[in-house]
Amino acid sequence: MTTTVLLFGQLQEITSKHELQVNEMADTHTLLAELSRMYPAIATAKYMIAVDKQIISGNTKLKDGSTVALLPPFSGG
Amino acid sequence: MANHQPYERYQRQILLKELGEDGQQKLLNAKVLVIGAGGLGCPVLQYLAAAGVGTIGIIDDDTIAIHNLHRQPIYSMQDIGLPKASTAKAFLENLNPSIHITAYVQRLTVTNALPLLKEYDVIVDGSDNFATRYLVNDACVLLDKPFVYGAISQFEGQVAVFNHSTGNTLPANYRHLFPEPPKEGTVLNCEEAGVLGVLPGIIGTMQANETIKLITGIGTLLVNSLWTFNALTNQSYQFSIATNATTSLLIPTDTAAFEKMDYEWLCGNSTTALEISVAEFDSLRKAVAIEIIDVRAMDETPVIVEFLNKQIPLSEIDTRATEIEKDIVVVFCQSGVRSKKAVAVLAGIFGESKKIYSLKGGITGWKSQTIKPV
Repeated sequence: MTTTVLLFGQLQEITSKHELQVNEMADTHTLLAELSRMYPAIATAKYMIAVDKQIISGNTKLKDGSTVALLPPFSGG
Repeated sequence: MANHQPYERYQRQILLKELGEDGQQKLLNAKVLVIGAGGLGCPVLQYLAAAGVGTIGIIDDDTIAIHNLHRQPIYSMQDIGLPKASTAKAFLENLNPSIHITAYVQRLTVTNALPLLKEYDVIVDGSDNFATRYLVNDACVLLDKPFVYGAISQFEGQVAVFNHSTGNTLPANYRHLFPEPPKEGTVLNCEEAGVLGVLPGIIGTMQANETIKLITGIGTLLVNSLWTFNALTNQSYQFSIATNATTSLLIPTDTAAFEKMDYEWLCGNSTTALEISVAEFDSLRKAVAIEIIDVRAMDETPVIVEFLNKQIPLSEIDTRATEIEKDIVVVFCQSGVRSKKAVAVLAGIFGESKKIYSLKGGITGWKSQTIKPV
């Protein structure tokens, strides 16, 4: 199974990507651990998580083809 | 509609069957407070004043600088150095003299927020820092006021309508996205990260649109939804926000608890900064050899010639810290906010080896309290 990850704000700078694909991620905790391994700066970054356009709190199961978005807070005005 | 209101001014929007004369009357009766008259505030104010929102409040304690003009186009060269709130008011009165506009040239604090917000029906947040954003959020939840949120960074923006009840679901607020403020330095602001000038134009105009729909009761609002836009890729997304009651525990439950909140501290803005007053600063610099650092951007005014100082903009403070030689250091900026951040950075670099202070109230405070030598 494949998960698409959409990256926003400074997470795009950390990864140099707007979007990436990862395989065999059962839930959001596993996915974030894998992303933090690939890009250590993600481990300390602050962001909220949306799974299939629903903002979640806590670990969430992923389905094949799920899209996970990581959105950092913006302070600018 | 009241006879003294020029019907012709609003005729093109009254023609819209969704809005009509009823919608126009709702706009004329509405009271909206816009927090921040910067990148987001400018388009919000322009479109709300143009649409005939009858009462508009503008709160901002900042002054206009030349580096604001690329994204705050209601201001002109001759406005540089003037307060944003009162300058915006004058601009809007020229645009639409039939509405009532109040400018508050002050910072929104736990002391003035509740009495001020109570006077308005809808709050629009165009602030530029997390401390104000959490303060606005908590005050609106406490007072049960809807607020239209917008925030930007570089090429990206976010918009939502928070704390607006529709039916039985708990209305989402900012703390449902980010329950706790981020730590200092983990998120860059416009000054540090840069911002494309048209971006706040787009995001602020979206906020004005949501505000007009909210007041007139037309269309679909971004309630329990977060809309994001990327100006580089043209991609936009709409996320739904699940609300939960536990987040409410983070919000003060009454006026007394709210007034005791230290939002600057929560956002890590004052944890390490030692501040000195204008009087303490003046006696210190006359008594001993100290190093004075100006952390404002290079083009900010007033240029300080009254005492020796070195310019190191906040964005360069970490890489140029080695240029600081003396053991007692006073850092200043325009209002005393950025200098506190610089002190926090420098304290991390020098530890106990230097005494580093932030000038409270910034150079604006110093200028206003210092009597010029004859």
